[in-house]
Amino acid sequence: MPQWLHTFGDQYLMWNEGPLIWISDVLILLTGFGIVFVLTYFKKWGWLWREWLTTVDHKKIGIMYLIASLLMMFRGGVDALLLRTQLAVPNNHFLDAEHYDQIFTTHGTIMILFMAMPFIFALFNIAVPLQIGARDVAFPYLNAISFWLFFFGALLFNISFVFGGSPDAGWVSYPPLAGPEFDKGPGENFYLLALQISGIGSIGTGINFLATILKMRAPGMTLMRMPLFTWSVVATSLVIIFAFPALTVALALLLLDRIVGTHFFTMTHGGDPMMYINLFWIWGHPEVYIVIMPAFGVFSEVVATFSRKRVFGYTSMVTSLLLISVISFFVWAHHFFTMGAGADVNTFFAVASMAVAIPTGVKIFNWLFTMFRGRIRLELPMLWTIAFVPCFAIGGATGVMLAAAPADYQYHNSYFLIAHFHQVLIGGVVFGMLAGMYYWWPKMFGFKLDDRLGRCAFWFFNIGFYVCFMPQYALGFMGMQRRMYVYPANMGWNTLNLVSTIGAYLMGIGFLFIVAQILYSIRYGERDVTGDIWDGRTLEWSLPSPVPHYNFAVIPTITSRDAWWEMKQTGQTQALRPSADEIAPIHMPKNSGRPFILSACFFVAGFGFVFEWFWLAALGLLGVVICLILRAFEYDDEYHIPPHEVVETESALGRL
Amino acid sequence: MERGAQTTQHGHHSPTLYIVGYVLSLVLTAISFVLALTHAMSVGPMMWILMILAGLQILVQLFFFMHVTEGDGPPYHSVTLLIGLIFTFAICLMSIWIMTFHYQSY
Repeated sequence: MPQWLHTFGDQYLMWNEGPLIWISDVLILLTGFGIVFVLTYFKKWGWLWREWLTTVDHKKIGIMYLIASLLMMFRGGVDALLLRTQLAVPNNHFLDAEHYDQIFTTHGTIMILFMAMPFIFALFNIAVPLQIGARDVAFPYLNAISFWLFFFGALLFNISFVFGGSPDAGWVSYPPLAGPEFDKGPGENFYLLALQISGIGSIGTGINFLATILKMRAPGMTLMRMPLFTWSVVATSLVIIFAFPALTVALALLLLDRIVGTHFFTMTHGGDPMMYINLFWIWGHPEVYIVIMPAFGVFSEVVATFSRKRVFGYTSMVTSLLLISVISFFVWAHHFFTMGAGADVNTFFAVASMAVAIPTGVKIFNWLFTMFRGRIRLELPMLWTIAFVPCFAIGGATGVMLAAAPADYQYHNSYFLIAHFHQVLIGGVVFGMLAGMYYWWPKMFGFKLDDRLGRCAFWFFNIGFYVCFMPQYALGFMGMQRRMYVYPANMGWNTLNLVSTIGAYLMGIGFLFIVAQILYSIRYGERDVTGDIWDGRTLEWSLPSPVPHYNFAVIPTITSRDAWWEMKQTGQTQALRPSADEIAPIHMPKNSGRPFILSACFFVAGFGFVFEWFWLAALGLLGVVICLILRAFEYDDEYHIPPHEVVETESALGRL
Repeated sequence: MERGAQTTQHGHHSPTLYIVGYVLSLVLTAISFVLALTHAMSVGPMMWILMILAGLQILVQLFFFMHVTEGDGPPYHSVTLLIGLIFTFAICLMSIWIMTFHYQSY
């Protein structure tokens, strides 16, 4: 091997770090070649570009978000299994300290930013315009930009594993550990830029969906007639819009510290590392409500549909969602009680944190009362919802324990905390997102996911969850700290750690069952011929599955809450089936390749900043500016679908 | 603006408004940047000046770019603006409260 290749291989490709990297290289190359081969062999490149990469259709963007988040769940899950394998037995050296640090950092970052966020955006995109009777979101072009910024942000983050080195200062990336003195490599830059790029996309999505819901509802759909999932998106979008800028500022200042040499977070020149922690959690705590509130929305839809009752306490559900979104901005300091800001500060934030339990408790009781005397069908979405209730209640209770500031000095950064937030994030967000995926899957693809494999996945994942995380509460009490990569044999932690690792693998098997279920159902899943496979209550179930690209041939007029259910009860479903002469030309946005190219330019710029190759960064930013200018002078970005085309599509679906 | 474009009547503002807004926001940013860079005054008064400049910056954004005085339909923007102001001030004031560590002076 020539010397330059050797140097390049060691410095950028980390070939000196052993088999984990080599295996990943080989797998990435094989997957890459596989994708290129399949696309070329089946002549699908044009199809990929026309139908997916340039699409502004919210339903397709939703599907792309869903695929991306399932892939990221796999990556984050593999990270988790590597961590648990390392911790299975004392004095283990399966991973070294360096790799362990990198893997817990990527696990946390990917699961929150690149798994949970795209998963909620997937459900936003798939459900919201259909639920409010709209033909697309308010800004379809911005929607495509949001997706591609997320996509390239995630790509930038993941590429660090095999090119340049992963970040290793935890998903919170606190300075001074993440500062320029202690963390020289490009890893932290990857973290900062990937989050920055995908963060722009997230703010875009928040603005987009708030505008969509406030401005584009069908006639008659007043705010208090909106489905609860749509309400949860209102609350979530508000929090996104106001929380994400704090993250943007924190990341930008840390990046300046790292590559320009400013001193915002270094003690030596009057900076203050604590300020990063403060800014990070101004975003970070609202962020956990950003990912949980859409799950609450899903549960409200699922519980009502599968209990065949209207949801109990609709108004209190809406009020508690809005209360949660407001309180979420008054609790962030509970992440650093131990910083020592003073008893008055800690008291305020402890009480505010405990207050969150009240609106959340109201919601839990409302779901239970909705089920009470309902005719419950235990389909997959309902199973996950029922599993959520006890899991989230325990997670919430341990959360109140952590919110008690004096006690938190004991729990802080122990495995008790780890068990708590995994319980609310898995038991709340992951269960909720899976319930939502099962619920709207027929709407997206026109077939149901197989029930038997789904039940296997459910039981493996649920039992695995408790086996994995219950021991961690105990380990926390026994003094085990988070982020330790090895522990001695005489601490009394051995059995519990081994049990926990077994649980993690059970959850891994559960995930594999979900993959198997999807692959099996593509071929053999029950086809949805009516468009209303669950006997649903809200407008999306009035449409055929999959939904035609213009959604509604004629925009419906809404007269009550649970509009579709009401129409079915009163035998007025024909009102939603237009006659041929009613159909007018439909005004739709044109596809555009620019969101993809713009985001790719962001990726190039980000990559340049990571390695401080400023010429490359300038080149990327130049591309961004050119895309923006071209967009500003674009006038012809809309078209009309002629009525005869709509008539043809609707007749082919048997709806005329 | 996509499909909303056809429903809004006030799609055309004179470019002067935007240019004035742009220049104003640049000037406000430049003043605060220079103040912070040159340590022109002691920390206490400078904090106040910076906060006032930031408040002016918000007004510039709202009036010159977001046209806060215009709009049709229900006044959703007033509600969201109110929430936004509550969040902004709550976050700023509580951050100062947390980050001054004032109990240490007891």
